[in-house]
Amino acid sequence: MQETHEAILQVRNLHVCIAAEGSKKYAVKDVSFDVRPQEIVCLVGESGSGKSVTASSLMRLLPGEALSIDSGSILLEGEEITRANAERLRALRGNRIAMVFQEPLTALNPVMRVGDQIAEVLRIHKPQMSDVDIAKRVQALMVDVQLPDPVAMAQAFPFQLSGGQRQRIVIAMALALEPALIIADEPTTALDVTTQAQILRLFKELLDRHRSGVLMITHDLGVVADVADQVIVMRNGELVEQGLPGKILRAPEHPYTQMLLAAVPKLLSRSIQENKADPLLDVQGLRLSYPARPGATSKARTVALDSLSLTLGPGEVVGVVGESGSGKSTLARALLRFEEAEGGTVRFEGMSVLEASRAELARYRKRVQMIFQDPYKSLNPRRTVGQSIIEGPVQYGASVKQASEAAGELMRLVGLDPSVLNRYPHEFSGGQRQRICIARALAMEPALIIADEAVSALDVSVQAQVLDLFESLRKKLNFSMLFITHDLRVASNICDSIIVMRKGQIVEQGPGAQLFANPQHAYTKALLDSVPGHALA
Amino acid sequence: MHTETTNLNMPQATSRRSGSLWRSFLSMNKLTLFSLLGLGLIVLSALFADVLSMYDPLQLYPRHRLQAPGAEHWFGADALGRDVFTRVLHGGRISLLVGVGVALIAATGGVVVGLCAGISRYTDGIVMRVMDGVMAIPGILLAVALVSLFGASLTSIVIAIAIPEIPRVARLLRSVVLTTREEIYVKAAQGLGLPTYKIMWRHILPSCIAPLVVQTTFVFASAILMESVLGFLGVGFSADVPTWGNVMAEGRAVFQRAPWMILFAGLFLSVTVLTVNILGDSLRDRLDPKLSKNSKVL
Repeated sequence: MQETHEAILQVRNLHVCIAAEGSKKYAVKDVSFDVRPQEIVCLVGESGSGKSVTASSLMRLLPGEALSIDSGSILLEGEEITRANAERLRALRGNRIAMVFQEPLTALNPVMRVGDQIAEVLRIHKPQMSDVDIAKRVQALMVDVQLPDPVAMAQAFPFQLSGGQRQRIVIAMALALEPALIIADEPTTALDVTTQAQILRLFKELLDRHRSGVLMITHDLGVVADVADQVIVMRNGELVEQGLPGKILRAPEHPYTQMLLAAVPKLLSRSIQENKADPLLDVQGLRLSYPARPGATSKARTVALDSLSLTLGPGEVVGVVGESGSGKSTLARALLRFEEAEGGTVRFEGMSVLEASRAELARYRKRVQMIFQDPYKSLNPRRTVGQSIIEGPVQYGASVKQASEAAGELMRLVGLDPSVLNRYPHEFSGGQRQRICIARALAMEPALIIADEAVSALDVSVQAQVLDLFESLRKKLNFSMLFITHDLRVASNICDSIIVMRKGQIVEQGPGAQLFANPQHAYTKALLDSVPGHALA
Repeated sequence: MHTETTNLNMPQATSRRSGSLWRSFLSMNKLTLFSLLGLGLIVLSALFADVLSMYDPLQLYPRHRLQAPGAEHWFGADALGRDVFTRVLHGGRISLLVGVGVALIAATGGVVVGLCAGISRYTDGIVMRVMDGVMAIPGILLAVALVSLFGASLTSIVIAIAIPEIPRVARLLRSVVLTTREEIYVKAAQGLGLPTYKIMWRHILPSCIAPLVVQTTFVFASAILMESVLGFLGVGFSADVPTWGNVMAEGRAVFQRAPWMILFAGLFLSVTVLTVNILGDSLRDRLDPKLSKNSKVL
């Protein structure tokens, strides 16, 4: 092969074995690939596919006792990494291989100015550089990652910057020593779509000016479609398919890749049913604000919900879409009265929710159920799933026996085996747990389900299954849903109409089809443009 | 669009309570088994102190003063010629009672106060300021005051030692309650319309048990020591009543010449505290479903 000698990174037949006795012997099995300069190689896979383990082996950061490189070779600029000693590895890390992490807030030291954090990388690896040179280089790097006003921003602490700005700082740190290889582990997963689009664009532009190669780990095929020069698909530690994105995304050969692609939510235009019945939920002028942080310069309260109005008919699914800080989760909490609204009215089946008495509120909470984002945290780890499911019905007067029988039925309904009711949550996968949470909500026979990012924490294939489950359950049981999500694609798949929120206000609302075909508000347009993977649609 | 393949990887339901109690006892961790054995021996030795030793713990044998351990006095004799073995065994009765009593009272009080503080900001403010007030007074001073108020009986000594311990347990419990209260599954239980007391009892209290058990074993140990300090200061049991604390306090003066007094009483105390700690740890593990033997993570 012609190009192999110029590859920055050559991985050949990499095996990483798991020390503990278990069903799997290998975390990574027989993986080979190359990364060339100025190229973005995307490593795609769902949780447990071994993509992060592969990245850690490149840095030799595997937890030695649990996972270790068994055989294979990793050549970085012609140097064998698998046999390098600790001192050599320290010199390589940061210098020749740099890493960009998923969560830019935790990757930065909270009590150190960001300029100093970039400078620290230079000080450690280039002790001969003078302070003046370092300061100049820091400024140049911050300009390079397109941060506005670099002089002032170098003095900022991480918490004073937005998520996108923090990720730019992390990228600047990675670029500081002109490494041969940058490993980016889900660099945009924690960011809003509009910010994600900017960061992905930044990566592409940077590679025009720098010679580094990028190994980007992602679960989002949309991201792959936008930036990848090479795609590697992994599953259960094995390399499933690799090649040019045009080929993999257009004509995937392996069934797993085909399944992954089919599971990516598309921007759909659903046909809408006209709903002329009385609204089930009627929210008018809902207001809620948080007090200013102690010590903040301005004493103004942070407005989370600003005169928000919406209606929801029986059997209707309304999507609430917005970026972080738009107030969509606050809306859910205010509707359930986990937080007290300051003004406005909420009427549910004719009852005024905000002024409800204790007994009325109990009745209301039976009729309105919530499903949370993180299925790992929304079930009590010390109670069996059966206990969790029957807890609500028993509280409202059902006998334990009745409720348990009903729970068995519900388990079947959500596609799980009723015999596992006496198991604990940690024995289930994320998707299974989310099904259990759905069963718990359904046990109350609710008229309205509020789902707060209910599928955001799941892998795409599982996400698609859970969305299908919601759809089929709604047809069977005819409940209404308020579906809160940051992902326009997911919303378009399940919602009759969509509300776009920004800074506590509704900027646009309407049926999904209309909203996507003809967005009126500039913000809706920006959101639509930022959805990764236009090439996939 | 997608087929339901979820059922394939389901954990198989197995009967949880298979096997007799005896088998589950034998299948226990070796360390736990040893601890249970060790603590059992110490408790039994205290119960059957009269049978195990022919001496009276209060009887003086002036000729045997400070006699080294040997056939006549297994653990030696103290400065007044009393048999140390007998005194340590008899001392176990009071020391163990004090330890258990204080641990129980402090744990119960701490749980009640901690939960009260965790319920609302309002009660939190009131209850924790009172606790801060109690903590501001040195524990030993408070105990001395309480004992001199009610007189030196077993009950009053146990209560006097327990009261300064309550704020320590309560603060720990409060912090656990406050973090658990923010867990999403607690919000979910709220969303189901469960009343506060049920949420506290079912969802919050179980998370408190692990730190509570560990803290209680510390309280148990420090209570036994505290009792000896009270004795030393002259407000606890009078010096002739055999307790581990008293035996050690008396041994302190003659430590260079007769180290066995402190050695043997201290040995009993250390073994008790150590075994209680290990048992506390294994109890905590038993209560955690993730570490249960029947469960396997898929």
